[in-house]
Formats: sequence, C-alpha cells, structure tokens
Amino acid sequence: MSKFQFPESIRSRPVYGTLEPRPGKAHLMIADAEGAEALLDLAAQDAAIFRAAHIIYIPKDTGDTYVDRLKALEPAQFYVGPTYEASVQRIRRVLSDAHMGLQVYLAGTEGLMGQAQNEAMTAGIPHSAIQTEHRGSVARRMQCVHCKGITEDVMTDPFVCSHCGLNLFVRDHYSRRLAAFQGVCVDAEDPGNVPEPVELYK
Amino acid sequence: MTIQFNEETFRDDYSFRNSDWAIKRFPFPFHEDSYMYSVNMEQHRGGPEGSVYEKRFDVDEHYVSEMRDRAIVLADDPLRCQSLPHMTLAGWDTLELIMVSKSEDYPDLFELHRDGDRWRWINKPMGIDHTFTFLDETTLPCGPLEYITRQAQGDYAVLDQRNDMLYMDAGMITTQADWSLDFDIGMDFFEWHAPVPLAHEMGIFKRALKFLLNVQQGAPARRLNWTMTVNPLLDTSPENYHKWGVQKSTLTPQNIGSKQHLRVELQTFYRLPRSNALLFPIRCYLIAFQDIVTIPKWGRRLHRVIRDLPEELATYKGFIDNRPMMLDYLSQYDDGLPTSPGVWPDLDTEPPLQK
Repeated sequence: MSKFQFPESIRSRPVYGTLEPRPGKAHLMIADAEGAEALLDLAAQDAAIFRAAHIIYIPKDTGDTYVDRLKALEPAQFYVGPTYEASVQRIRRVLSDAHMGLQVYLAGTEGLMGQAQNEAMTAGIPHSAIQTEHRGSVARRMQCVHCKGITEDVMTDPFVCSHCGLNLFVRDHYSRRLAAFQGVCVDAEDPGNVPEPVELYK
Repeated sequence: MTIQFNEETFRDDYSFRNSDWAIKRFPFPFHEDSYMYSVNMEQHRGGPEGSVYEKRFDVDEHYVSEMRDRAIVLADDPLRCQSLPHMTLAGWDTLELIMVSKSEDYPDLFELHRDGDRWRWINKPMGIDHTFTFLDETTLPCGPLEYITRQAQGDYAVLDQRNDMLYMDAGMITTQADWSLDFDIGMDFFEWHAPVPLAHEMGIFKRALKFLLNVQQGAPARRLNWTMTVNPLLDTSPENYHKWGVQKSTLTPQNIGSKQHLRVELQTFYRLPRSNALLFPIRCYLIAFQDIVTIPKWGRRLHRVIRDLPEELATYKGFIDNRPMMLDYLSQYDDGLPTSPGVWPDLDTEPPLQK
C-alpha cells in the first residue's frame, strides 16, 4: 500500500489530497515512483482526460513497474525521465507554453511535488489550483538552514547535511519557495551529542 | 548631539553595555506578575517623554554600534536582506517613512531636504550626506529597503497585503529571535508563524491578522514580545545557530547576572502609502539580568514570570535548560512584596528590596 496518512502538523507543512479529474483543455501530470498509482486511479475515474494529457514520469527505484501501464493510458505525450533534475527544462517549457484551462496534477514523493509545484507557481499558477497526491516514500527534501544546501530523500531524523556535514534535525517547517523542509543543527548547544537517527514516521 | 553613542560590540568580546539612562527606559514587557500570549496591540502614538515609545523610530545610545554589527552580518550573509520583485515600491515607502520620521523626530541627528524628487539625506551619527532621486533605484548604492535599514535599528519585515492575507515578501533581518527570512520569505502570516506553540490553538494569530489587515495609514500600532539570550548577541539567527547555540551552556551561577539577557522586541506596524504594504519593524532591546534587578519592581516580577511560565513557552523561547539557574539568581531579588500594576519602573513609589 503506497498511501500514507501524515499526522496533523503545523500550518506551514503541506497537506495532500486525492487526484480527481477536472475539466480542462490540457492536463499536465507529473509523478515519480509510486505516484504512478495515483495517475492510474485517476484514469479509472475518467480515462478521457488522458487524450489531452502530458505525463512526465520519473520511475526512481520502481524501474519498469508502472511504465507500460501508464503508456497504456494513451496520453497525448508521455515522457519517462531518469531524474527530476533531468526533466526540469521540459517541465518549464511545457508550463511556458501553457494556456488558460491547463490542469496540473502532481503525485508521488513530497520532493517531486514540491519542486514541480514551485515551477507551476513560477509560471503563474496559484498553488491552491494545483492538485497533489502523496504516494510512496515519506522521504523529505531538506534545506540546511546553515549552509543552505539541499539534501534529497532524507529518511531519518537527525541526518547529516550532504553539503556541510552538520548533524541536522528534521523540522516540519516548510518553504514552498524552496520546496524543502528546514534542517537545523541538532547538537549546537551540546556539540557531539547527536541522538541516534530514527526513521521518519516510524 | 543629544545622545552619546556607545562604542561597543555585540559579538566576540561583547562590550555592549546599557547606561543608567538606557536601563531606566528599557521596555520591560511584563505588566503583571505572570505572562501568557495575547495580541496586546495598542496605538503607536508616542509615549512618555524619554521612553522608547516616544518617537516613531527610537534612536538610542547603541545606534552606531548596532549599524556596524548589521554591516558585518550582511557582509557574511547577503541573504539576510531580500525583497521579492513586486516589493520595490514598498521599499521606497519604507525609506520615505523612516527618513521623514527621523528627520522630524531627531532634527539634530538627521536632515531630509526635498526638492521634488531630488532628495538630500543627512545622517550625522553615521557620517552620511547623500543626494538621490526618489523612486530611482539607480541613484542609490543598493535597493531602497536595504539602503535605509542599514541606517535604522531593528529588523524590518515588509508584508504584502492581498486576498485578506499578509505575506512576508521582503525584509532586513539581522537581529532576529531565531527565524530565517531566507526560509520564510513568500510565506503567508499563518505559515511563517507555524512553529510557534499554543498561540494558534488560542486563536491569537487569527485575531492578530484581523487587526493587522485593518491598520490604517497614519495610525500605526505596537506591541512587545520577548525572549532570552545568553550574551548580548544581536544575531541570534538560525543560520548561525551552530555557532552561537553553544553559548547557552556557558552560564554559571557566577556569570549569569552579566551574561543572561532579557531580549525584548518592540514591534510596530505601519501602513505604507503607495504599496499598501504593512511595514513591521521589530526593534530588539537587550538588558543583562544584573541591570534589570537594579529596578526592584522588575527584579521581583521577572522572577515570578519566569518561575510560572508554561513549560512549552520556556522550551520554545529556548531557555528551559537554564531556567533553574535563572530562578536561583532571580529569587535573590524577590522578597515577596506585591508589585504595582503596569510596566514602568516606579522607582519613587516601589519599596527597595527587603532582603
């Protein structure tokens, strides 16, 4: 089961919904890994919207698991990319070409949804008009508040900043602009006293 | 000049000191012997002569040294001052408000001469005499918000107002109580306050937002907030927390009186005329425990407030570990006598310490 119900948290922490088909002239769908399941569920509700859909899919460690099933939905355009970073230029181009009536659907990990949402917001789409559905890993994209470096796919609290090496604790405070949660030095007041890392939401 | 500016530091050797004048006018934040969150807004229309509330933008003995400290912070980390592209006009509004207020309130220190858009600004304490064109960024060495807030004590958040909401869309933040402009920029009012415990559940932020959305031009408001800081460190930023956090563990019963500081924010709120943004100056005042207790009423009261503060608040404000040591120190200055209502020192009417 790839759905996870996040516990209630502070006001800056994003909340995700369930994708639903909405009327639109075009449908941009960006998903990673198990996010594909949300698109398949969407198709089960209304397969017709896929005739005007552009799917951008990053399988990550799911490999080929979902690729053929997504392809079978016969979207107007279907792109499978190796990483989110590799797909960004394409996403920007699609958004800059977009017209009124574009629906945006994001599904998968928080890091993917946050970054893609940021691109859509930069293109002038209000975040409240963008649908999101979390599927798969609960890993987080974290910004180190000290060195500003981003560490992707953080699975434990605390964790080591991949840029400056500080031990950071995982906050729920979230910046849409950075598409990242905030990581703060865990042993600042007592250097060296770093708690044993615990897997997120375990 | 009427104010003798201190030569002092807010880092390294921490030579910051408050004169007797600064101690007596300190904005003590507790009007009674206990504390809980409240919206506690009032009009910012002056105050008793000599108090920090008297002028629109208070200038005190720390001015020149604080501005030097800000320049150091900005050189280390330019991201402490940011302005989203749509906020430039609000920056000019801020520049105008501060220049006009300071030149009117402190004519011996600041002068503003306006000839149409041609403005001449003289800042005597900082040795600045600069002519520029209002609303023309190319005539300033940096953006208008950065330019003027390099010359004004306190942090400045500039809040855009749209959709019945306030957004943290610009700011100059170098003396903050542990929050990051770089992380929070662009957030709405509830989002940037998200980490604050209890207050959301109490409805504090909903009421505060409603009030702030309705602040009118020419009718500024103010409130106080407070926390604790070990050493007179202005830059208690999350960015540098891995450097200063360890100072919290340097308190001892011997040094607590001089090292532990009460940190008070005088927060004011101004509607800006062209942009309709809300300017939110957050002015930080620091005072050592040993100076607070020279005012008998404040010594008695601070002990009671810190003793009875809910644990969540002591944790959020970052002094839960040091609270027992603080109480050991402060209890020496609490003889159990009643205290007069209100924040003022009442030196003439309150009895001296009976211990």
